[in-house]
Amino acid sequence: MSSFLPTSAALSWGRTPRVSQSIARPSFADELRPLIADARRIPGGLLATGLRRSYGDSCLNDGGAVIDMSGLDRLISFDRVTGRLVAEAGASLADILKVAIPAGFLLPVTPGTKFVTLGGAIANDVHGKNHHRAGTLGRWIRRLSLIRSDGAEHELSDDDASGLFAATIGGLGLTGIIARAELQLQPIASSMMEVETIPFGNLSEFFRLAEESDATHDYTVAWVDCLSSGGALGRGVFSRAWHSREGSREVDDKRALAVPIDAPGFLLNRFSLSAFNAFYYRLAGRRRHATVSYNPFFYPLDAIGGWNRLYGRQGFYQYQSVVPPAVAEAATMEMLKTIAAAGQGSFLAVLKTFGDVPSPGLLSFPMKGTTLALDFANRGPRTLALLDRLDAIVREAGGRLYPAKDGRLPPEMFRAGYPGLSEFVKHRDPGLSSSFSRRVGL
Amino acid sequence: MTHSSPPRVLILGAASGIAQATARLYAAERATIGLAGRNPARLTSIADDLKTRGAARVATFDIDFVSADAAASLAEADAELGGVDHIILAYGLLGDQRQAESDADAARAILDVNFRSAAAWCLAAANFLEQKGKGSLVVLGSVAGDRGRRSNYVYGAAKAGLAVLVQGISHRFAGKGPRAVIVKPGPTDTAMTAGMAKGGPLWASPETVAAIVRKAADRGGPIVYAPARWRLIMTIIRTIPSAIFDKMNF
Repeated sequence: MSSFLPTSAALSWGRTPRVSQSIARPSFADELRPLIADARRIPGGLLATGLRRSYGDSCLNDGGAVIDMSGLDRLISFDRVTGRLVAEAGASLADILKVAIPAGFLLPVTPGTKFVTLGGAIANDVHGKNHHRAGTLGRWIRRLSLIRSDGAEHELSDDDASGLFAATIGGLGLTGIIARAELQLQPIASSMMEVETIPFGNLSEFFRLAEESDATHDYTVAWVDCLSSGGALGRGVFSRAWHSREGSREVDDKRALAVPIDAPGFLLNRFSLSAFNAFYYRLAGRRRHATVSYNPFFYPLDAIGGWNRLYGRQGFYQYQSVVPPAVAEAATMEMLKTIAAAGQGSFLAVLKTFGDVPSPGLLSFPMKGTTLALDFANRGPRTLALLDRLDAIVREAGGRLYPAKDGRLPPEMFRAGYPGLSEFVKHRDPGLSSSFSRRVGL
Repeated sequence: MTHSSPPRVLILGAASGIAQATARLYAAERATIGLAGRNPARLTSIADDLKTRGAARVATFDIDFVSADAAASLAEADAELGGVDHIILAYGLLGDQRQAESDADAARAILDVNFRSAAAWCLAAANFLEQKGKGSLVVLGSVAGDRGRRSNYVYGAAKAGLAVLVQGISHRFAGKGPRAVIVKPGPTDTAMTAGMAKGGPLWASPETVAAIVRKAADRGGPIVYAPARWRLIMTIIRTIPSAIFDKMNF
């Protein structure tokens, strides 16, 4: 039977906050209730976490208790005809892919890494490159079982009238502990993808390509060089894809590299990033077409284990915003100008249009509009000041930030961005908390 | 030796972290798997997982290893599974060394589980496999059995005895068909070692150890370290003169 053990210097994926918390890692579902009861003696509240791929403080609970769910990773059942899969919340998307693909199924929605748990994916209502078609992952959750801090267990289905299901989708783990869930997978004929990459010279071209491609392709996303300025501002590479109609269905687990140690911070200065971005743009070159496995298409960074350590011991911030369609081009332009002027770009600047498929969660991040995501190496006050300037642009545009990526968003901005909040708090479990929930007053 | 058809495996102590990771490797091969342990509800949840991951068939056996009749239990599993090719003994009790020094019952429990009962199961398994003329017995030992240390020597003594027993069974099997292997993991990140300061180069994941256990059922042995670097480390540790060893604290 597992118990809570104090740890110091617990980190999230962004490696910026280092917190002290008591962690228990159960191996069997029957340990959950005793642990939840035991956590009441720990004053800081309780949080369930998965593989801690959230970047900021939503998967940390400074001074509190944490149940690490990654040991509860059993697959419970899989109907190979209908594609319905039931699993414990700690099962990773990588685990699910291993059984789904040979049977002719794929995740209906996937984030940019497969090393997240099902429970974490639900609690953050994750999205992917097919948002304009499929919406968020929460739309594909048929049932889930939730244990509240008072010990009550709720079996919730997607037609739940109480509102607890909707609050739990994207609810950041604050409505109860997700013990298991049932997911509808999508059928595929092949695990290969037909991918077209198209360079674009500026932001207007991106919006034109996005509008055209969202109508024709299942998956669309763009990489943007956020360090170029002037006429080249907003240049990048657009990628659009659909599933191959024929071919093999093979699990692709290749992991080429690992980053064993923290890189020294100077590796990621303005010049190396600028060179990297320029190189990437040329590499993409002309418009081209390729047939690639699902793995490099959906999970390019999974090939580099521990890539977050490239940012060194100081860690990094990720910033992901979404702004509504009417002002999307102007607001995105202003953000890119601000970032280029500050000279603090990143490896990854990802631009994508979200469709109007409604998100089921009360606190789901995606809404119709354009989302921009970038990493910023943590350079202290200078970086935070830049992010404040970006906040002002997003707020003015009527947009919001993604809590899974965030480690510093001001409470007022969180409240302003999430109108579902007043309904959400009715379902909030008072025994649960995270560093994020305390910081934004949730 | 590779199997033309998926193997049939019986795992004793199927709820342990290393056992579960090993069982998942068998499940991916579409093996037939028998899970033996003391907690039927937990075994059922493991069985569902293995079936979902591809196992051809999974059966559970409610067995208290210390009190059960090993030979009869093996015969029952053999009938239920339609034959057994691999027997993996994965149960163990780490215990508390300090407590074992002051409380004779605590010491006896560590020795009973890790040696007395495990030895009885190994001897029964040896007869079972010898009669079949084929198959493998893979037993989880520990590097703790290679040199007595003040922090865990009761556990270490039981695992040392078990290692010699399995080595002897391997010798008995020589030229007869069946195989016996003792796998000695270093520190492994499982529930058994909860509370220890983990991380660093000496700790292995249960998946890493499981891959070695799975391979040991097919070839190699009779003594396998997991990961392999522990063979060198323990060779060095065994040769440290006690004048120096006595000053070391681990």
